[in-house]
Amino acid sequence: MGLVINIIISGLISGSVYALLAIGFSLIFGVARIVNIAHTAFYMLAAYCIYFVTHNMGFHPIWGMIAAIVLVTLVGLVSYRIFINPIREHEGAVLIATIALAMAFQEIMVLKFTGTFLSVPSLVKGYLVILGVKVFYQQLLTFCMALLVMAVLWVLLMKTKLGLAIRSTAQDKEVANLMGINEAQVAMITMGVSVGLAAFTGAVVVPLTILEPHMWMGPLIMMMAVVVLGGLGSLKGSFMGAYILGFAEAMVVFLAPMGAFLKGSVALSIMILVLLIRPEGLFGVYFEEER
Amino acid sequence: MDLILFYFRKLFTVLKNEVLVLPSRIVAVLFFLILLLLPLFTKDTYLLRIFTLTSIFAILAASWDLLSGFTGQMNFGHALFFGVGAYGAALLNKYAGIPPWGTIPLGALGAVLAGLIIGIPCLRLRGTYLALTTLAFPIILMGIVFALPDLTGGELGISGIARLAGSRVTDYYIAVVVMLGLSTIMWKITDSNTGIIFHAIREDELAVRAAGINTTRYKLLAFCLSGFFAGVSGGLYAHFMRIAGPSTLEVSMSFTVVIWAIFGGIVTIYGPVGAVFILFPLLEFLRFWQEYRTLMFACVVLLILLYMPDGLLRWLRDKIEKECPRCKIRNIATRDTCRICTAPLD
Repeated sequence: MGLVINIIISGLISGSVYALLAIGFSLIFGVARIVNIAHTAFYMLAAYCIYFVTHNMGFHPIWGMIAAIVLVTLVGLVSYRIFINPIREHEGAVLIATIALAMAFQEIMVLKFTGTFLSVPSLVKGYLVILGVKVFYQQLLTFCMALLVMAVLWVLLMKTKLGLAIRSTAQDKEVANLMGINEAQVAMITMGVSVGLAAFTGAVVVPLTILEPHMWMGPLIMMMAVVVLGGLGSLKGSFMGAYILGFAEAMVVFLAPMGAFLKGSVALSIMILVLLIRPEGLFGVYFEEER
Repeated sequence: MDLILFYFRKLFTVLKNEVLVLPSRIVAVLFFLILLLLPLFTKDTYLLRIFTLTSIFAILAASWDLLSGFTGQMNFGHALFFGVGAYGAALLNKYAGIPPWGTIPLGALGAVLAGLIIGIPCLRLRGTYLALTTLAFPIILMGIVFALPDLTGGELGISGIARLAGSRVTDYYIAVVVMLGLSTIMWKITDSNTGIIFHAIREDELAVRAAGINTTRYKLLAFCLSGFFAGVSGGLYAHFMRIAGPSTLEVSMSFTVVIWAIFGGIVTIYGPVGAVFILFPLLEFLRFWQEYRTLMFACVVLLILLYMPDGLLRWLRDKIEKECPRCKIRNIATRDTCRICTAPLD
C-alpha cells in the first residue's frame, strides 16, 4: 500500500512539473515556431535565483520566489529581444541560438555558484502521514500551486482577449496579422508567459530537488517527450502526456530493478510506441505546413 | 615518359584554370596540403592529438549535415550513431579481440543498423516532431548501458581497448586521411543524383513524391549513410581515446554536433568540416581560461549567428565569390565580367 502512495505522490509531482514546463514550451512553439531549448535553462535560473535570495541575502523563501519569477521573466524577454528576434526566420539558427543560450546560462551559474550540489529550504515545514507514508507539505503545496497556475493559464488563454490573440496567432500568423493583431507583440508576450511559467516551475520545485548547473538537461528531455507525446501545440495533450510520463517514471523507479537508470528510457520508449500508432501525438493538431 | 608529362601538364592546366581562379578552391587545396604535411613540421604530440580529435569530429559533423542539412530530417540524436560506433568497436575489440581495422567498419555497420531501427519509426514524423523524437534514442541507449554494467562498464565505460596505431603520427595520419576521404565521398554523394533527390526532399517532399520517387526509401538511405559515417567516427574516437564511455551518448554531444554544423553552414559538407576545424582547436587553445571556456564558446556562437544566420563559412564564401547571373558559374568577387561567358557581374 505504501508503495502505491509513493508512486502516486511522485507521479503527481513530476507530472505537474512536466505539465507546467511542457505547456510553456508548447505555447511559444505554437505562436512563434521557436523550439526553445533554453526553456528549462530558465527553470534552472529561477532555482538559483531563489537560492541566492534565501541563502546569500537571507530573505524568506516567498520573496525568493517572487524575485525569481520577475527577474527570470525579464532575463527571458531581454535575451529573446537581443538574440532570437533578429534571426527568427532562420529556423536552424534559432535552434542553436537557444542551445548556446542555455549553455551560457549554465556556465554563468557554474562560475557564480560552482558546480556543487546545493539545496534550498522548503516553504512550509512538516509532513503528514498517509497510510504509513510520509508526505511532506511542500510536496502537496507544489502540486496544488501547479494545478492553480494551470487553471489561471486556462482562463487567460480561453477567456481573455489576449488569450484569443495568442490562440489565433498560433493557428494562422498571416490571417491574425490581417485581423489587426500585432504578431510581434503577441510573440513577445507569449515569450514572457512561457518563460514566466518555466520560472514558476523552478520556483515551486526547487525545495524538492537538488540544485546544480546541469539540472536543466533531465527535465528538458522529458519535457520534449511530453510535448511530442501530447501533440505539439495542444495544451490538453501536454497536460495528459505529462501525467502519463510522470506516472510511468514513478512506476519504473519504484517497481523495476535498476529503475533509477531506466526511468528515462522507459518513459521515452512509451513516447515512441505512441508515436508509432499516432504520428501526430495523442491530441495533436496537424499544423498546415506553410509551403 | 610522355604519358607522365601529359598527366603532369593536365594537372598543371587543371590547377591553373579550375583551382587557382576561385579562392574557395585554393583554400580547399591548401587545407588538404597543410593537414597532410603538418607532421613534417611539428612533432608536438599535443598539437597532433588536437588535430586528430578535430578530424574525428569533423566526420561526425559532416555526417549530420548529410542527413539533416541535405534531406532536412532534423536529427537531434546524432550521438546515437557516434555512441553505437564507439561501443560497437570497443565491445568487438575487447571481447572478440578483433583489431581496430576490423572493429571500426563493423561498429559503423552497427550504427547503420541503428539508423535503420530509428529511421523506420521516425519516417512517419516530420519537422519538429522528428527532431524532438530523435533526441530520445541516445538517452534510451544510455539507460540500457547503465543497466548492464557487467557488459558495458556502466558509468566508467569500456577502457583498455587497443590503440588505433603505434604512434601519435600514425594515429594522426589515419584520422586525417579517413576524414579527407570520407568528406570527399560525402561531397560526391551530395553531388550525385541521390544527392539531388535529398535536396529535393528538403525543399518539397510532396513534389518529389509526385514525381514518382519513393521518398521513404531515400530518407532511410540518408539515415543509413549518415549512420555509417558517424559510426566510423565513433569507432575512431573509441580506439584513439582507448575508452568508450557514456559521454559519447550524452545530450550535449548531440547538441555540439548541431552547433558545429549550423555554425559552419548547413547543406554544404565543407561548412561543418570547416566549423569543427575552427571551433574545436579554438576551444582547446582557450584552455588557460578553463572556467570561461564553454561560456566563451556559447557567446561566440551567439554573436556570430546574429550577423551570419546562414553560417560562417557560407557567409565568407558569398563575400569573396559571386555567381554569374547568366551562366550561374562562380567568380571571384574582384572580377567585373564572368570568366566563362563574359557577362557583366553586378
